[in-house]
Amino acid sequence: MSTIAIDAPGAAGAARIGALLRSLPVGVRIAGAIVALYLLAAVLPGLLQPHDPFATDLDAALQGPSVAHPFGTDQSGRDVLSRVIEGTRQSLAIGVGATALSFVFALALGIAAGLGGKLVDGAINRFLEVLFAFPILFVALLFVAVFGQSVTTQIIAVAIGTAPGYARIIRGQFLTVKGSAYVEAARAVGHSYGKIVRQHVFPNAMRPLVVMFTLGVGQAIVWASGLAFLGLGVAPPSPEWGALLDAGRAYVTSAWWLELTPGLAIVVFALSVTIVGRHVQERLEGKVKVQPL
Amino acid sequence: MSTLAVDRDEAPLIRLAGLRVSFGGPADAVCDVSFALQPGRALAIVGESGSGKSVTARTLVGLTGGRARVGVDRYEYRGRDVSALHDREWRRLRGKEIGFVTQDALVSLDQLRPVGKEVGEGPRLHGEAGSRAQLRARVVSLLRDVGVPEPELKARQLPHELSGGQRQRALIAAALALDPALLIADEPTTALDVTIQAQVLELLEATRERGKALIIISHDLAVVSRMADDVLVMRYGEVVERGPADAVFGDPQHAYTRKLLDAVPSAHSRGARLSPSSAPRLATASSDDRTHVAERVGGFDGPLLRATGLFKSFRGPDRVSRTVVQDVSFELGVGETLGIVGESGSGKSTTARLVLALERPDAGTVELAGKPWSQLAERERRSRRQDVSVIYQDPLSSFDPRWPIERIVRDSVDKSHIGDGRARVGELLDLVGLERSLRHRRPLELSGGQRQRVAIARAIAVDPAVLVCDEPVSALDVSIQAQVLDLLADLRDELGVSLLFISHDLGVVHHLSDRVLVMKDGIVVEQGLADDVFLRPQHPYTQHLVAAVPRLEVEAPRVAA
Repeated sequence: MSTIAIDAPGAAGAARIGALLRSLPVGVRIAGAIVALYLLAAVLPGLLQPHDPFATDLDAALQGPSVAHPFGTDQSGRDVLSRVIEGTRQSLAIGVGATALSFVFALALGIAAGLGGKLVDGAINRFLEVLFAFPILFVALLFVAVFGQSVTTQIIAVAIGTAPGYARIIRGQFLTVKGSAYVEAARAVGHSYGKIVRQHVFPNAMRPLVVMFTLGVGQAIVWASGLAFLGLGVAPPSPEWGALLDAGRAYVTSAWWLELTPGLAIVVFALSVTIVGRHVQERLEGKVKVQPL
Repeated sequence: MSTLAVDRDEAPLIRLAGLRVSFGGPADAVCDVSFALQPGRALAIVGESGSGKSVTARTLVGLTGGRARVGVDRYEYRGRDVSALHDREWRRLRGKEIGFVTQDALVSLDQLRPVGKEVGEGPRLHGEAGSRAQLRARVVSLLRDVGVPEPELKARQLPHELSGGQRQRALIAAALALDPALLIADEPTTALDVTIQAQVLELLEATRERGKALIIISHDLAVVSRMADDVLVMRYGEVVERGPADAVFGDPQHAYTRKLLDAVPSAHSRGARLSPSSAPRLATASSDDRTHVAERVGGFDGPLLRATGLFKSFRGPDRVSRTVVQDVSFELGVGETLGIVGESGSGKSTTARLVLALERPDAGTVELAGKPWSQLAERERRSRRQDVSVIYQDPLSSFDPRWPIERIVRDSVDKSHIGDGRARVGELLDLVGLERSLRHRRPLELSGGQRQRVAIARAIAVDPAVLVCDEPVSALDVSIQAQVLDLLADLRDELGVSLLFISHDLGVVHHLSDRVLVMKDGIVVEQGLADDVFLRPQHPYTQHLVAAVPRLEVEAPRVAA
């Protein structure tokens, strides 16, 4: 799947990429372009910013959308659009970092439960159930409150919040593959347990995780903005999206664009990533789906 | 084109001419199907998967689906033109005039609705329900009529609380609820145990005797031959042969009909090939690396496999322990085929898993070539696992979905250390009659028969002494089933592999097996030579089972192999 374009060099490769792009539904193409734009904003924000995101101009404070400032200015007269673009890197870092860390927790728990036998599975399951029953947002808040407000604590807090859900899915994946007929067939051929796990269980159980990851990134950003909105995001003056939301809260009745712009940035990104992720999922799983006879 | 039985006095209930259905593909799904049917008569449409028989059935009740393009020269019901009805008009006709029994009762019933609701749906929709008490009484009497035990109770239960046969009867009851003049049944007995199938067929028979017209769609020629007055044989959307059942089955005119009839395994087909000689057959095993099984176990003249007093029980989710296999003992000689027959839940698959040492027996032992097998620790057994190989009913799920054919077979080849890996894969594909060019395909891109051949190639790659076949042909069309059965017989004869052959299909088992084990509720009720068990059954259950098997009423003259 991923080798489609990589191993074809030069013009032939470009043609194949072109063909691949044309085969995509319009919605997926638009969503893909939007995701690419966000990535550009994360890597080279200066390219897209109309103004310096940190330049204050108190004369121009709290102006509504205009040609000069398409998404208005904040209480210090800074251009909101430029600040949102500036915050992309941190927000995406939180999204990707938190999802990655969450997956590390989840993989450790899920694999141990899926492969560790009845006792380990039972213990981990009870542990996960406790986590599910516990107000996990509270734990995340507590963590940020204790360890301070930074991108790192955000990442860890969000990872704590999302890991139990992933752990459960991963456990299910491993159990399903472990109980599959092809694993049994491999046992009957005489392969050792280790070889079966390496050869069949791991690769097949991990397959859907690629897609889950892309879906998770959007979700993690939403989580992080939730924390930020509660005042436990990345400390100002950082223009991380959640922090912007938090900062604009005081002006929500008078300067709506302070809330709308970062909110829109989050929603559009989460939506686009989800659309792309779902499409990849359908492509991958469509190939594995068993046809009804 | 002449319609069937037009010379009878009675006006036909339904008359169809020139039906064509297309789903936009290159070929029509149904092409020029015509027939007429009188009340009290049964028409059977037979064919293999993709023949267009189910599409025809659904089109008859206006359920072809949105993407289909349907064209018909003439379609009359009770003399009224129904070829251009709208959905709304169809809804008035369906259920009330034409009852439709879908295949697969498990998925056709709403899992969350009581069965009685489903059965009473027709009367309710057509405004004939009356009061709630009246409807309830009617549902109960309908369920009673189709032979559902305890109808008052079952009407209140959910589909999963009923057995497969009861669900199928409930579907038939629902189709009969408005007393339609025509009943269309699409594969009404597929996936049912043979004794349940017999009951459902009796029920349909009784319906016809009450003067209803019946259209039965089936892939099973024996089922059809028992029920039908007239037969249409379909292939690739076209009717290849038509006529009274006696004529079609007794003296088939079309080569395809003959091929289908020849492909049905039974007592009569023992020792004969089922598939035409043009079908891919076993390439001569010539590799010098291979040791013939008989030589390998040479010096040992007891049975190759000996199971003694096997017991196995499982604890269900309700924590109640159920004994699935009870005191099962048997022996399997070199090059011999032992059949295990039984209905669902009889413990035959568990017995297979015990032989494969995928489960450990609670009591009893399995010995292989006189040496312990089931008692071994897995670590010790692993090096000998190649002696016992397996093929399953559903080959697709037994392949790693990421792997192409080559890798699937290669994985076993490498385990066997026989010959050069790549070349041996090619040899094995030749052996099972698969083109080498398929080696890079994935299992999903193959047909059911091809998949089972891949599974067989993988199974024999390790040069097994015993091949356990768990329902290997149950999911295959009859002509493909014939090829696979022929292949298995060839493997046994050429390589000297012993087969442990498990199936619910008595005909298949009788065709292939030397000796037979009949299982019921985990117990072996009868065992002996195949002919003795099936032709002169001693145990009442075996007698019951054998009597329930629908047979081709007319035996077609068989071409000798």
